[in-house]
Amino acid sequence: MSILVNEKTRILFQGFTGDKASFHAKEAIEYGTNIVAGVTPGKGGARHLNLPVFDTVKEAVKATGATASGIFVPAPFCADAIMEAADAGMELIVCITDGIPAQDMMRVKRYMLRYPLDTRPTLIGPNCAGVISPGKAMIGIMPGSIYTKGRVGIVSRSGTLGYEAASQMQALGIGVSTSVGIGGDPINGSSFVDMLKRFESDDETDAVMMIGEIGGPQEAEASLWARDNMSKPIVGYVAGLSAPRGRRMGHAGAIISAFGDSALEKAEIMRNSGLTVAGSPAELGTAMQQALSKPARRPVLA
Amino acid sequence: MDIHEYQAKELLAGFGVAVPKGGVVYTPDQAVYRAEEIGGGRWVVKAQIHSGARGKAGGIKLCTTPEEVRAAAIELLGKKLVTHQTGPAGKIVHRLYVEAAVPIRRELYIGLVLDRRSERVCVVAAPEGGMEIEEIAARSPETILREVIEPAVGMQPFQARELSFGLGLSSSEMNQAVKAILGAYRAFRDLDATMVEINPLAITESGQVLALDAKMQFDDNALFRRAAVAELRDYAEEDPRDAEAAKHGLNYIALEGSIGCIVNGAGLAMATMDMITHAGGEPANFLDIGGGASPERVAAAFRLVLSDPRVRCVLVNIFAGINRCDWVAEGIIQAAKDVNVPVPIVARLAGTNVEQGRAILRDSGLQIITADTLADAAEKAVAALTNTPVGRPAREKVS
Repeated sequence: MSILVNEKTRILFQGFTGDKASFHAKEAIEYGTNIVAGVTPGKGGARHLNLPVFDTVKEAVKATGATASGIFVPAPFCADAIMEAADAGMELIVCITDGIPAQDMMRVKRYMLRYPLDTRPTLIGPNCAGVISPGKAMIGIMPGSIYTKGRVGIVSRSGTLGYEAASQMQALGIGVSTSVGIGGDPINGSSFVDMLKRFESDDETDAVMMIGEIGGPQEAEASLWARDNMSKPIVGYVAGLSAPRGRRMGHAGAIISAFGDSALEKAEIMRNSGLTVAGSPAELGTAMQQALSKPARRPVLA
Repeated sequence: MDIHEYQAKELLAGFGVAVPKGGVVYTPDQAVYRAEEIGGGRWVVKAQIHSGARGKAGGIKLCTTPEEVRAAAIELLGKKLVTHQTGPAGKIVHRLYVEAAVPIRRELYIGLVLDRRSERVCVVAAPEGGMEIEEIAARSPETILREVIEPAVGMQPFQARELSFGLGLSSSEMNQAVKAILGAYRAFRDLDATMVEINPLAITESGQVLALDAKMQFDDNALFRRAAVAELRDYAEEDPRDAEAAKHGLNYIALEGSIGCIVNGAGLAMATMDMITHAGGEPANFLDIGGGASPERVAAAFRLVLSDPRVRCVLVNIFAGINRCDWVAEGIIQAAKDVNVPVPIVARLAGTNVEQGRAILRDSGLQIITADTLADAAEKAVAALTNTPVGRPAREKVS
């Protein structure tokens, strides 16, 4: 099944006619992704990459039945674009753009609460690599060739470190069900816990690679959640062992500012919660290989 | 982005937060003039640098005559202040703030932060001001009060009242404190701050509630719409290498080790540093060249990394998705020609156009150590260190 996207998902791109969106839409189409439309306000009626362009997300949904959106619009307009996608009934919204003001994200997340839990859109990102279900579909900026189709889920804050994990696994013949970049911002759409829940209930995922970094409470929360709720093995890694306190390491969210924010503390919480922690970022693949060779940590609860 | 105390006070005063009379000065003459203008006979002369704990470092002087104000200004201007926040290098004082000194009865702590757990603005208050919140949290955590703000409607007066009564204020003090807290919240929201701290919020002998010290930090991602805030940036407070990096779209942080790192992506950059440490080396820096890096940007990254005299080996680790290995390879060669790289280069390329990238490096005739994996790259970089002398001179200054 994979999670979030598959070959049937009908996808549109917002900010479709821009350079980056065009490049990655082309890559995604070549990969076999079912992209059905694009949205660029003011360019409705045009065709781009042999696909129809609409002025609003609602019009695009009405004409094409799209249920997922990839957002590539510039940062100042992203909050608006995400809310427009939500209002048009998108089930999945993947925001690739980085540099969105934190208070914009605060308002976006508050806006999402207007939808009851069962119809609330799933927002991935911002500032992320996107989502790929190998062999099926991708919404994002990742190189498709480094993913082999398989049964391990990847969830990572960092895009490139997620690539590193996928290619190490590929070298060992381990494939991926879905890989999700949840993004490096302090306030993001979906957390590690949100993705672990989906992987736990996905019958095509046997194990999960969870790659965190310094800053914020999400890795620790996910470890504790996994300890109590997850039957599938998890391999964890937290980047930033050598990061100094109080300095922002590239990502707006990657800063050690509170107790429990450092890589050592997070890795310790992972270990204590029963996760397998990779000894170094070069051992992501081998750690997963070992985790897969053992029986599941607990019998899967019915 | 950080700003100075006097700038934060000016901004907060615009939102109704009461502050003592004061003004910024750049010379001893101006300091005396300001003190006489403020009047009153008691002043504090405060060094303006981007750091807390200035008092302990000798950066705050209480004066009772204009002569003392002049002497304090002469002493502080141009002085290097070292606090635990500036690090051992310290910061030079270029600006002073002269302020009316008011007799204080009580000091409180007020802070507003972006709370990552609730994903909302959180207002923190404590009945003991004047020390850092970490100190209060360690000593008497039960005294810390918190209010989480609902973003759709903003902070409500009852929340500020609950905090004020929680701090044990009288009703006339409470009214003034509510005004200060709500003002600080509006400043946070309307100026896209990530942190506002009033520490201490003082209750004077005469019953006034005044912000004696103020600190604000702003969201760099929102500066495009906050021009009035953006122009408060003081470049003298920033590491020139950081500014040079920002100019080229690079994200650079200097560290203490000897292996320079050039990586794409913040997560992979941190992982590369971890891998160097794991292999027994020490990273000299964090550097993320970002997405879509041109050969020029890669060359700029080399110049930046090599401007650190501690660097005795450069490790390039690129996993190209949105980037292209061939462009990165061209950047390495361009840098090697322009800069005359005096230390070994270890390069690991993967992802988009990797074959072209490797071919460009191979055919360049340059002595570049290539690596296939992250582990291989880190081990080769650490091994290369033993062949390079310690304390090589920096090749060139960052222009």
